[in-house]
Amino acid sequence: MNPEITALDKKIMKHLQDNIPSSIHPYKDIADDVGISEEEVIAKIKLYKDKKWIRRFGATLRHQKAGFSANGMGVWKVPNPADRQPMGEIMASFREVSHCYERPSYEDWQYNLFTMIHGQSKEECEEVARRISEKTGIKEYTMLYSSREFKKSSMRYFP
Amino acid sequence: MELDNTDKSILNIIQTGFPVDARPYAVIGEQVGLTEEEAHARVMNMKSGGVIRRIGASFDSGGLQFSSTLCSAKVPPEKVDEMVAAINRYPEVTHNYERNHAYNVWFTVIAESRERIQQILDEISAKTGVGGIRNMPATIKFKIKVDFKFKKDKQEEEEE
Repeated sequence: MNPEITALDKKIMKHLQDNIPSSIHPYKDIADDVGISEEEVIAKIKLYKDKKWIRRFGATLRHQKAGFSANGMGVWKVPNPADRQPMGEIMASFREVSHCYERPSYEDWQYNLFTMIHGQSKEECEEVARRISEKTGIKEYTMLYSSREFKKSSMRYFP
Repeated sequence: MELDNTDKSILNIIQTGFPVDARPYAVIGEQVGLTEEEAHARVMNMKSGGVIRRIGASFDSGGLQFSSTLCSAKVPPEKVDEMVAAINRYPEVTHNYERNHAYNVWFTVIAESRERIQQILDEISAKTGVGGIRNMPATIKFKIKVDFKFKKDKQEEEEE
């Protein structure tokens, strides 16, 4: 954890990780609970945003059920390390790709670029992977689909 | 729940950034032509109506200097339930899926240090007897899409 984060910061951020209070003066409620002034709470939240500890502060809407429901993890073999940066950038440029990472590979797992691909169906995800393959020239790849979801939760950084 | 144009304008504002101001609902109201009380009532209505899932902070694991990783394991079919129970009991595990591969169990771990992640993996192995859990932290991050908005509407997916 970032050593700049103080015990007071943890207390304040704990109040921000789920829902801010629903009253008309939410920051006043947090301030009262933490034992500092409303102005201090506001200044702290602005500081957390500036420091990029908070990447977004706002409303999250509920998912719509219809539409883009399928997702597949596309994994790609790029043996030459020097090729991975440009290839990764091409993959990241696809609108359908939400996440793109380089990860370590192993003897029995030689895929080193990972892409989360979203579509309306499995077929659409496959089609996106084909387009990525064409554009990057990477022929060795596979798509892993989830057959069961065991857990999906938001990280609670401040228990 | 039916949304009118004022509701939609409010959503646009507070999705991008909820005002960090002593009177946040006055700030919202001013932008859409409502009083502070009216703006507050609209937001609360959209929350209780299920349009808004939550209003709060999305933290940046990198900024907080937390460590994150993707793990995979080869788990014999008869052991999957036990393995899943052992993995899911950790709040640091946020996602866990069965996937169509010899490495059939895939899960993500976010914790305050690399050491804590290794400790969790060691504990899972000790408890279940499943060894060789692959720990694959990202070495380059090309894209982490925070708000995955689709072309059609205001669909959104929040990611850690």
